[in-house]
Amino acid sequence: MDRPIRVIVAKPGLDGHDRGAKVVARALRDAGMEVIYTGLRQTPEQIVETAIQEDADCVAMSILSGAHNHLFPKVVRLLKEKGADDILVVGGGVIPEDDIPGLIEAGIAAIFTPGTPTSVTIDFIKSNIKRS
Amino acid sequence: MFDKEKVTQIKEAADNWENTVIAKTLAKAPEKKPEFKNSSDITVKRVYTPADVAELDYERDLSFPGEYPYTRGVQPTMYRGKSWTMRQYAGFATAEESNKRYKYLLEQGQTGLSVAFDLPTQIGYDSDHPLSEGEVGKVGVAIDSLKDMEILFDGIPLDKVSTSMTINAPASVLLAMYIAVAEKQGITPDKLSGTIQNDILKEYIARGTYIFPVEPSMRLITNIFEYCSSNVPKWNTISISGYHIREAGSSAAQEVAFTLADGIAYVEAAIKTGLDVDDFAPRLSFFFNAHNDLFEEVAKFRAARRLWAKIMKDRFKAKSPKSWMLRFHTQTGGSTLTAQQPDNNIVRVAIQTLAAVLGGTQSLHTNSKDEALALPTEDSVRIALRTQQIVDNESGVTETIDPLAGSYYVESLTTQIEDKAVEYIRKIDELGGAARAIERGYVQQEIQDSAYRYQMEIESGERVIVGMNKFKVSEEAPKGLLKVDPIVGELQVKKLAELRASRENAKVEAALEALRKAAQSEENLMPYIIEAVRTYGTLGEICGVLREVFGEYQQTVIL
Repeated sequence: MDRPIRVIVAKPGLDGHDRGAKVVARALRDAGMEVIYTGLRQTPEQIVETAIQEDADCVAMSILSGAHNHLFPKVVRLLKEKGADDILVVGGGVIPEDDIPGLIEAGIAAIFTPGTPTSVTIDFIKSNIKRS
Repeated sequence: MFDKEKVTQIKEAADNWENTVIAKTLAKAPEKKPEFKNSSDITVKRVYTPADVAELDYERDLSFPGEYPYTRGVQPTMYRGKSWTMRQYAGFATAEESNKRYKYLLEQGQTGLSVAFDLPTQIGYDSDHPLSEGEVGKVGVAIDSLKDMEILFDGIPLDKVSTSMTINAPASVLLAMYIAVAEKQGITPDKLSGTIQNDILKEYIARGTYIFPVEPSMRLITNIFEYCSSNVPKWNTISISGYHIREAGSSAAQEVAFTLADGIAYVEAAIKTGLDVDDFAPRLSFFFNAHNDLFEEVAKFRAARRLWAKIMKDRFKAKSPKSWMLRFHTQTGGSTLTAQQPDNNIVRVAIQTLAAVLGGTQSLHTNSKDEALALPTEDSVRIALRTQQIVDNESGVTETIDPLAGSYYVESLTTQIEDKAVEYIRKIDELGGAARAIERGYVQQEIQDSAYRYQMEIESGERVIVGMNKFKVSEEAPKGLLKVDPIVGELQVKKLAELRASRENAKVEAALEALRKAAQSEENLMPYIIEAVRTYGTLGEICGVLREVFGEYQQTVIL
């Protein structure tokens, strides 16, 4: 691997709870990854555009507002449409257990719920990015 | 509070005790940690003695309840006279559903309403706006027009309840709707009591539902101060909030510091527009968090009251005692709840309730045990409300006022938290005030550093969270969580289409045009917003006009 893993940490939708996203972003950076944090209120289109422009290996999204079933799959779908489905997509936030199978089915590789140590997220990204 | 000579003797005795008894004990069995620290980065001593509060002057620093500097509480009889207002924050899906939940809560003995709005409403978008997709009715009730507001408060007499609305950037619009609903119930604005959050600075810092840039936002806020002081005199025009600052990860001392710094910015802005401080300051209210470190939290509330009283009296020369009083609402700490073993959260909330009550809160929302998982169910909200009722009716802590006063530890902590807050406020003043400090990212950086440190303490195991990083069990996924039906979005969009087809659109347009002109001038916008609301102009249309005139805030992204 000739360059560090590059991750887009994104807040899709209107939710302003960004403590988790920022803590994760910092932990990924401390683990040696390159992290681009988008800030709040990103549309799925904006996130996908950033991910492609930045040649990201992973998009990590956080939602605490309950809009995850709508917004997470949309990002995966748009990435696919742009031929960028080699980018790993993970999500986190207040996500009810019931919703997780559907999200995985939709192509989100993992969902990290409250209480997940950042080391778990870091290890998952390291071992699952698709770039050769 | 103590004789000087006596204090010297106690100090010597304490040193002696440390050097002999403690030294011997530690040699045999060390303590659990080399240093004990609280969230505010204050070292907690092994034991506190009169020597730790030797500087305290009872009349100057504590005084009596209802007396300056209000360390012991803002009312002379506190809970002996009247319990705090039990006010559960609620709202989801449609106005009809939320109306049902409010009536349920009132039947259960709740004494005030607290309205949660969905994110599109909080950010000034109608339910049919593209950015509202997926968010309608999720974290609160969707309100697009006066019509929804009429349904929300149907059968609830607005002169009998006090209503708190968590609304910030579009606070003027929701307040206008509330006034208009009251009108329809035959109630004049002077009879209305309640609170709008209306605190934009903490939205920039921590909560994220901003719309407009700083200056026009501050103008809207001062317009509300001015309008309410003559028309809605019992309304709390702002709830200056540390809650979300704490949720974002700040320490208790930072919570006090950044909240009061925001308060200073609002007072300065209002004075700058020519308002007299005593005309609006009595209607300022505050909103704090309650976390698990009981004594630190109690000290925090007491320190905030004392410091605000001094700021209002000394810095702003307010003359009315009502301007000096820091009245506050408390919510228990959402970020302290765990998704693991959610029943444990009931215990956390009980401790936090105790902290708020021992700290002298005016009203309280207790979180429900399932809030790290989803919106709370009716059952879990009832337990949360019962927790307050048990503390109020059974624990005995309400019988005497400020029972922790005089504790060497609590008094010492109170002073230390106040000192730390003063130091932060000085730094913020140097940066040019709260608004500037936020634009530069200073406040956000301070909070994020604390949040990150906290997370690392949990991950290293240094900080124990029961059920999460210690005392774990394997659990099944919880059942029966509340789910908002995705159909809500469609329903709301349909209602909007019907509204736009049935109202007198020429009247709406004229009202919006008048608002636009007023926004471009220096006029107070409240009367124009009320007029636009009466014509059934929507929240999105009204905020849309203001967006065009004022532009939008660009977030300072700090990592």
